[in-house]
Amino acid sequence: MVEKRVSTPISDKTARSLSAGDRVLLTGILYTGRDAAHKRLFEMMKKGENLPIELNGQVIYYVGPCPAKPGAVIGSAGPTTSGRMDAYTPALLDAGLKGMIGKGLRNKAVVDSIIKNGAVYFAAIGGAGALLAQAIKEAEVVAFEDLGPEAIYRLRVEDFPVTVVIDSSGADLYKMGQQAYRK
Amino acid sequence: MRTVETGVIRDAVKQLCIDSNYYLPEDVKKALEQSITKEESPIGKEILQDIVKNAEIAARNGVAICQDTGFAVFFIELGQDVSLVGGDFTGAVNEGVRLGYREGYLRKSIVDDPFYRRKNTSDNTPAIIHTFIVPGDRIKITIAPKGGGSENMSALAMLKPSDGIDGIKKFVVETVDKAGSNPCPPVIVGIGIGGTIEQTTLIAKMALLKKIGERHPDPIVAKLEEELLEEINKLGIGPQGFGGRITALDVHINTFPAHIASMPVAVNMQCHVARHREVVI
Repeated sequence: MVEKRVSTPISDKTARSLSAGDRVLLTGILYTGRDAAHKRLFEMMKKGENLPIELNGQVIYYVGPCPAKPGAVIGSAGPTTSGRMDAYTPALLDAGLKGMIGKGLRNKAVVDSIIKNGAVYFAAIGGAGALLAQAIKEAEVVAFEDLGPEAIYRLRVEDFPVTVVIDSSGADLYKMGQQAYRK
Repeated sequence: MRTVETGVIRDAVKQLCIDSNYYLPEDVKKALEQSITKEESPIGKEILQDIVKNAEIAARNGVAICQDTGFAVFFIELGQDVSLVGGDFTGAVNEGVRLGYREGYLRKSIVDDPFYRRKNTSDNTPAIIHTFIVPGDRIKITIAPKGGGSENMSALAMLKPSDGIDGIKKFVVETVDKAGSNPCPPVIVGIGIGGTIEQTTLIAKMALLKKIGERHPDPIVAKLEEELLEEINKLGIGPQGFGGRITALDVHINTFPAHIASMPVAVNMQCHVARHREVVI
């Protein structure tokens, strides 16, 4: 098992250096975004409007965090199921998005777009939101505040632990892992 | 007749919302700890260790185990010798949810309309309340906050009686296999067999309230639970779907008499954050 440290935003070269199964610690900026925020970003792109965040080289974390307790940066903040974002993802990747953090399966259109754009799909541990929140050092809402937990936050993370599930060649840890242990 | 103020119900509900989201049931935590040694995959072992560590952090810091603090689902046994005074029962439960989710810093995850407006209700209401009138003068309130990720992987099949045990097994194992990494494995699988369409899904959900390792009193059903657990853990999905032995921590079945024409089967998937908690008033 390889453990790598990667800073975000991610360069094309770095994205292509990651392989399915790598354990990665991310440091830098992540943008949050889940169902409702994706729908809005997608509709803005269709209309040719300027987006509230820059996508080039960025990583989107599929999460709707709990509110922060007084004195805390953020509440529990683990990944949500990625497949619900599949309808919007190829357009975001074409616009420069380099990485996604979530959990669960992606459809073929997303995998094809990951290969085409040299991007990477990471998974964080679903249901470990209290643990993952400890790696989040700053959090600020930057768009769609009216969406509550679905607003877009800009997060600054240090050594945020993820695993590469689908790499830029299309290799898929979910398939590889399950094949190895299926009886 | 015993008189109970609905304000007491509201306060109990508020505390249940908070405590169920901060403290993982002991049996679930123990099962996760034990699964670390059983898991063969190195990455699977690490994931299970992190999941246990996460539950410890949540309990110690008083924060949600998972950010998806769920739909607030209640099972309430209301003793028929209780007279409720001081206001509306459903309103008291919803007020408890409103207070618990606000004061516990829990996420508000409910939208007011399912398919066109989808505006967040901002207080996690309405709750889903299943009420049962029972003998006695007590009120037992059980909360089982349910996350969307695992709920979305649940399924229902209106099987034919001729499909038999093999048909049930095939449907359950295929449902878990298809769900793969989506419902946050290791999962707990709640199964309802029999009744009508709504009864079978309700008893499937109630099967998730059982303790890990608890077997159905009917030995034939208990055997089916054990066989299903074994088959599911041969799928190789493993913790978080990265491959491994521990795909499910347990399988629980509830049954109900069926119509001569029917054999409905419901599978309610539950992630490893298997929250439920009860209080008796």
